Amino acid sequence: MTDTTFTPTLPVTAIPLREWLPWAIFAGLILLFAIYFVGAEQGATSLISGMYVHEFVHDGRHLLGFPCH
Amino acid sequence: MVRTFLVRGMLVGIVAGLLSFGFLRVYGEPQVDRAIAFETQMDEAKAEAEKHKGMVMPAEEPELVSRPVQAGLGLIVAVMVYSAAFGGLFGLAFAFAQGRMPGNFSPQALAAVLAAAGFIALYLVPNLKYPANPPSVGNPDTIGMRTALYFGMIGISLAAMIGAINFKRMLTARYGEWNATLMVAAYYIVVVIAAGVILPAVNEVPERFPAVVLWNFRIASFGAQVILWATLGLLFGALTQRAYANGMPRA
Repeated sequence: MTDTTFTPTLPVTAIPLREWLPWAIFAGLILLFAIYFVGAEQGATSLISGMYVHEFVHDGRHLLGFPCH
Repeated sequence: MVRTFLVRGMLVGIVAGLLSFGFLRVYGEPQVDRAIAFETQMDEAKAEAEKHKGMVMPAEEPELVSRPVQAGLGLIVAVMVYSAAFGGLFGLAFAFAQGRMPGNFSPQALAAVLAAAGFIALYLVPNLKYPANPPSVGNPDTIGMRTALYFGMIGISLAAMIGAINFKRMLTARYGEWNATLMVAAYYIVVVIAAGVILPAVNEVPERFPAVVLWNFRIASFGAQVILWATLGLLFGALTQRAYANGMPRA
């Protein structure tokens, strides 16, 4: 596993947690919300009434592996 | 720094989504169409049978979104949103793992390892337990339970994967890189098998649903995810490696 042949001089220092955390929380939440809309909205749970979102992403939801209906 | 990785992840996700969409459009959509044809056939047979019994059938539901839109614009929007979102999350995971992940990784290798871990934890293992299903497979009444089980399986699998990576850090000093990797891989497999055994099975494939369509549909879904994660890992790694070689990490 360790026999990588890449340049060893790359700076690989950890990004401080306090710098990472705000990005992770805000962007992470928005991105998870986007995945929720593709994967589950108007299926198991509904934030918006009707079936339009469900029907629109229908094929993608099936093919991406989410339970659809 | 974090911003750079986030933006780069989302951009790479968009590229991955385009490739994935192309694959699904060609190999996935025919399976969806065949599954819908089967569903229509079943519905018609049922309607015919009930007409014989003198029952009044409810009028057809109006189509909210036409099939061509579902298979075209709808599919590309769904896949792009999904891919860009996972790309962004991948960028955030990379930003966290860099310098923290046990093992001496170059950016390229780290991106590839993270993408492989993401594919296994978020798609491969949950789908071994709860595989992707085409239209007409699945009882609408159980959608809530099935969704909860599927996301639960993803949660367990992801937690086990994160645990495995952390345990590897502890075990490497004592047992060496290779043995530690084998040990935590075994740990991950045991946890997800246990979860798979404990969680209830879902089998709602209608009788006489064509097995070939089911298989091809699942293979198409699998292929799209392989394309997505491989692109995320390899392209993100290449861009990050190049950015470091040029001195500054830019998106």
